[in-house]
Amino acid sequence: MAAVQETVDKVKTLDVDAYKYGFTTDIESDKAPKGLNEDIVRFISAKKNEPEWLTDWRLDAFRRWQTMAEPKWARVHYPPIDYQDLYYYSAPKTAEGPKSLDEVDPELLRTYEKLGIPLREQEILAGVQADPNARRVAVDAVFDSVSVATTFKAELAKAGVIFCPISEAVRTHPELVKKYLGSVVPVTDNYFATLNSAVYSDGSFVYVPPGVRCPMELSTYFRINERNTGQFERTLIIADKGSYVSYLEGCTAPQRDENQLHAAVVELIALDDAEIKYSTVQNWYPGDSQGKGGIYNFVTKRGDCRGDRSKISWTQVETGSAITWKYPSCILRGDSSRGEFYSIAISNGYQQVDSGTKMLHLGANTSSRVISKGISAGHSQNTYRGQISAHRKARNARNFTNCDSLLIGNSCGAHTVPYIEAKNSSAVFEHEATTSKISDDQLFYCMQRGLSAEEATALIVNGFVRDVLQQLPMEFAVEAQKLIAISLEGSVG
Amino acid sequence: MLEIENLHVSVAGKKILDGLSLKVADGEVAAIMGPNGSGKSTLSYVVAGRPDYEVSEGSIKLDGVDLAEKSPAERAALGLFLVFQYPLEIPGVTTMTFLKAAINAQRKARGEDELATPDFMKKVREAAKRLNIPQDMLKRPVNFGFSGGEKKRMEILQMALLEPKFGILDEMDSGLDIDALRVCAEGVNALRSKERGLLVITHYQRLLDYITPDTVHVMHKGRIVKSGGPELALELEKSGYADYAEEAA
Ligand SMILES: Nc1ncnc2c1ncn2[C@@H]1O[C@H](COP(=O)(O)OP(=O)(O)OP(=O)(O)O)[C@@H](O)[C@H]1O
Ligand SMILES: [Mg+2]
Repeated sequence: MAAVQETVDKVKTLDVDAYKYGFTTDIESDKAPKGLNEDIVRFISAKKNEPEWLTDWRLDAFRRWQTMAEPKWARVHYPPIDYQDLYYYSAPKTAEGPKSLDEVDPELLRTYEKLGIPLREQEILAGVQADPNARRVAVDAVFDSVSVATTFKAELAKAGVIFCPISEAVRTHPELVKKYLGSVVPVTDNYFATLNSAVYSDGSFVYVPPGVRCPMELSTYFRINERNTGQFERTLIIADKGSYVSYLEGCTAPQRDENQLHAAVVELIALDDAEIKYSTVQNWYPGDSQGKGGIYNFVTKRGDCRGDRSKISWTQVETGSAITWKYPSCILRGDSSRGEFYSIAISNGYQQVDSGTKMLHLGANTSSRVISKGISAGHSQNTYRGQISAHRKARNARNFTNCDSLLIGNSCGAHTVPYIEAKNSSAVFEHEATTSKISDDQLFYCMQRGLSAEEATALIVNGFVRDVLQQLPMEFAVEAQKLIAISLEGSVG
Repeated sequence: MLEIENLHVSVAGKKILDGLSLKVADGEVAAIMGPNGSGKSTLSYVVAGRPDYEVSEGSIKLDGVDLAEKSPAERAALGLFLVFQYPLEIPGVTTMTFLKAAINAQRKARGEDELATPDFMKKVREAAKRLNIPQDMLKRPVNFGFSGGEKKRMEILQMALLEPKFGILDEMDSGLDIDALRVCAEGVNALRSKERGLLVITHYQRLLDYITPDTVHVMHKGRIVKSGGPELALELEKSGYADYAEEAA
């Protein structure tokens, strides 16, 4: 498997503290003053030229947020966050939103080049002509608070697919945004989601019309650049009846000594017979080997299988962030709908991961599947938290959960917290969990065959996560494999 | 050539090898026999560089290179291969992936090009066929759920593919049925060559009926207490280790 070799090569070229994406970009930015109050919320709304209903919606969220308290039930520890000491809006300084890529600051384009994200359609198209089999990916890139470029718009429009910054969708497709925004994650859902509702600045919007199979993968790359800036993006994806879309999300951030806050909300809606596949490779900066710096990642992701026979599948590879608080979930509302959650969560150094999923079975004959692979190394703590529940009307609900933890070394921890609740006696929920350790004997066996300790660890870990990696689109799987090796660096020896 | 001189080794504070010396020349097949717990596996691990063994005295050289400071991977790249008495399982990693990673890691360490996938596949298939290993076993995770005999066959396959300069076979015969023993022994015999030395650890003459050794050494309480030709193994078969127990005591 070439990818393993690549992983191995990658590991060799890196030092322990070498987070690959840790550069910053010198771009003049347009910022709102520090702190949070109604004026800031209005400022953001005005920056985006939002209609009044949305400004009010934000203000309502802000007022609610002020009455709420940060959740404390997760197994993560961090000093109190001073929400008044953050910037809530930062945009690269171009007078208006860029109309074409030529108007985008070349410095910004170079940033994305460094990240390996192709934004220039022409180049991608040129690549496509050279290799007709190469898969194309339409990209929306979000830099701090704004979306800077969306590629392949024209071609997607031909298929009737809308893929644009959500700030643009508010203007061009207000009826869709109004109908679906906050319909899966209500404004008051939780502290971080409510904060996001008040101050979200941009994100991606996708609408796939009835019966349309989206002609290419859609992808958003999120990048936090500015110091002391929170990133609050908002993603809304609607798959209308009988449609299909696969969406990829990638994240990186510069290496900074202070912690940065990221509180995103993602809402997915699948109508009758529609399918959404949502994949994430989260590689926010995890902090250095001493636990200094890194992103606080408090994310609310939820999919609503609103239609009968609809399907939503979450696949996530979580390697970054100092703290991860994230539970991509499915509401299985439609009869015979299906939810899936495939997760690889890796923690090293002093990272803390509290992640998992919720599968809420509301409709009859709904089914769900959860495969979680947690890998803990260094001094990290890795918790899987999962909730599976069947409503009274959820006849014949089915869930299968498999939750495996792998420990590397003696200073880390793995925890599994399942909540299972069935209010319908015909529900069948299966839960399997294992905890294992990479044994010295396994490592020695591999090393006797010529692999270094790092290569051996990468190989064993890749074996451990194999069934989840197989769920990722090909390009992402390769990237994920590399990431896994990089994140585990310094965990052996 | 493997040269071990006056080797003293302890594990967890317990002395296991106690001044062991042994030389195996290029092209030589040496057999080691000895009672349970005499330190045979320990010897093989120490030569392969397994951590947590404290070498307080003595030296191990492969083709004149002192192995003391070499990592297990470096020793492997120098051409050392160990058939494990208890091969390890690696869930999720297919045997093919594992073999390819191992071969290419060693080639790279030696400054050679990686093997192209088609060449590699061909090589593996042919070697597997010679050892009666079904192809679908190669798609299964390394040793995972394999029977004892299957694991041993897989060890021999790995040795055949890695073409080591020196092979240590720790009880390759345990767990093998009569036919598999013959097939594996033939596999080992095919690897005998003027350049390659082999150290065969076994309890039974029946393995040495297939793989005729040039020399036989008796190990007891962490040292070699007697050396001779193939006839020594036959003697042991009859009289056991009782004589040596007295001598060593
Ligand atoms: N980690 C350890 N801690 C304590 N004692 C150990 C350890 N490893 C090996 N030993 C002891 O060292 C001695 C030699 O063990 P070794 O496995 O080398 O014997 P062997 O000759 O290979 O035996 P067998 O024929 O049963 O395979 C045994 O008494 C064993 O219990
Ligand atoms: Mg033994």
